Amino acid sequence: MGYTIAEKILAEHAGCEVTPGQIVNVPVDMAMANELSAALAIKELNNWGIDKLADPNKVCLIPDHFQPAKDINAAGIAKVVRDFARKHDVKYYLEVGRAGIEHAVIPLEGIVLPGQIMVGGDSHTCTAGAINSFATGVGSTDIAGAWATGEVWLKVPQSARLTYTGKLRPHVYGKDLILHTLKDLGTAGATYMAIEYQGDVFEQLPMSDRFTMANMAIEAGAKAGLFQFDDKTRELVESTPRYKSDKPDYTIASPDADAVYAMERTYDVSDLEPQVACPFSPDNVKNLSALHNVKIDQVVIGACTNGWIEDLQRAADIFNGRTAHPDVRVIILPGSQMIARQACDLGLPQIFIDAGCVFSTSTCGPCIGGHMGVLGEKEVCVSTTNRNFAGRMGHLSSEVYLTNPAVAAASAVLGRIGSPDEL
Amino acid sequence: MEIKGKVYRVGENINTDVIMPGRWCHLTDDAELAKHCMEDLDADFAKKISTGDIIVADDNFGCGSSREVAPLSMKAVGIDAVVAKSFARIFYRNSINIGLPIFESPECVDVTEAGDELEIDMFGGKIINHTKGKEFTFAPFPPFMKTIIEKGGLKGLVLEKLGE
Ligand code: SF4
Repeated sequence: MGYTIAEKILAEHAGCEVTPGQIVNVPVDMAMANELSAALAIKELNNWGIDKLADPNKVCLIPDHFQPAKDINAAGIAKVVRDFARKHDVKYYLEVGRAGIEHAVIPLEGIVLPGQIMVGGDSHTCTAGAINSFATGVGSTDIAGAWATGEVWLKVPQSARLTYTGKLRPHVYGKDLILHTLKDLGTAGATYMAIEYQGDVFEQLPMSDRFTMANMAIEAGAKAGLFQFDDKTRELVESTPRYKSDKPDYTIASPDADAVYAMERTYDVSDLEPQVACPFSPDNVKNLSALHNVKIDQVVIGACTNGWIEDLQRAADIFNGRTAHPDVRVIILPGSQMIARQACDLGLPQIFIDAGCVFSTSTCGPCIGGHMGVLGEKEVCVSTTNRNFAGRMGHLSSEVYLTNPAVAAASAVLGRIGSPDEL
Repeated sequence: MEIKGKVYRVGENINTDVIMPGRWCHLTDDAELAKHCMEDLDADFAKKISTGDIIVADDNFGCGSSREVAPLSMKAVGIDAVVAKSFARIFYRNSINIGLPIFESPECVDVTEAGDELEIDMFGGKIINHTKGKEFTFAPFPPFMKTIIEKGGLKGLVLEKLGE
């Protein structure tokens, strides 16, 4: 019986045959944490009396959630993590100003590679599945265990194969495909499963859309969201700073022709229009044209879901020569410093600033209701992020609608949820 | 191992943002975490809970963010176990890893109401609802997870491995 992508990577690491449901102990190639999950993991290690890491070259620490430090508490947590990184000579400690949001930084820097296993103390660790890595979110205790032993226990997941076919309409992107999928599957539709995305649609889209879809696999409850390796993957992986300097070997995990899938879906997306996830769940998805006169107070474009360079370009194309509606605040959040730099090369910050937007540093801030754009009572926000649970971005009564970057930018100009076609 | 307690009942898709809102995610101290547990669902949650209480939930409990402060805060406030129709996977492994016992039993959830008295026989695979006078079974933990639970969480396993 053949293997799916997830089974192939897990079997290779476990050094034995695997079947879904089996629990395996596997070596991890990278164990990553942000400052919040890292602080708890460090506390655990201290409680356990462990003072030595299995391999500091396989540890990655990225302070991003409440950084640049929003207050004294956040500064204190970041300091705990920074001191830990120095003490243990952690190879991938990425400081504020040289990093950004973990899930954008990691694949673009080459910190994880195809065929590898990465665990991360953040649920959207699955983003790296876009480059054919088995990347999955775990908790802080798992991270502490992985740092201490170099291993993690994983239940071999069943796999789900989702196929997308057709020719996409204008202003329809990976975000719309994944929201459409969430509408179909629901927030628990792929619980414990590894999703494999495939189909000819991905020939029309850049890598950034794969990242967006892998990122939101967790919104369907999945353990991983994986793409096959192709020329686009190779181009991205082999252009990363780490690859260029270290030339590391990596393996490619392709699914076998006779692999077994617990769930299969095929979506013909030729007629799909932009999708919107309405409050208060990412699976409460409607067609954009079904939303009439939803007035908005704030728009957030970017973060780890849609903060890739193509996303910023799509938003800038809408803003170019236009200004944000007077009643709307717009915050642009590049996924990482590297992406912010690319945006500068393309002249995008000027477009955003001329349009009356905040061109923010790369941080999780607004997405988690932390800082740099928290919502007040009953405020309504259009956001390109991945979650719109009650209170996610601020006050419990505030509302968040999730869209793609072009729709978010168009809505910012219109002052209500609307389509780029209306401009 | 047996757990006995009074039920606090919640619905489906209880996400970790609601269990421990983002604004408190910088906390690492148990007493502080306990104060804010589930406050966005029920502002008086921490006051209503007595040590040993059991949460009973519908499907997909603990979905969303991987934040371990969610199960930690539940443990800190005095919750002894969670019984749900199903759990989101990161919450499931976090709970096992930190030693918060959790059980899947849709049948039990269907008949159990707030305030009921539950008794759980962890390794016997049995839940008794004394208030309703009904008994339910749940699938036993796989041997590996049973080992983690018996060792009080992942810590025991890690220390054992390092001691080898
Ligand atoms: S941007 Fe939002 S979803 Fe992404 S890692 Fe940060 S808090 Fe999580």
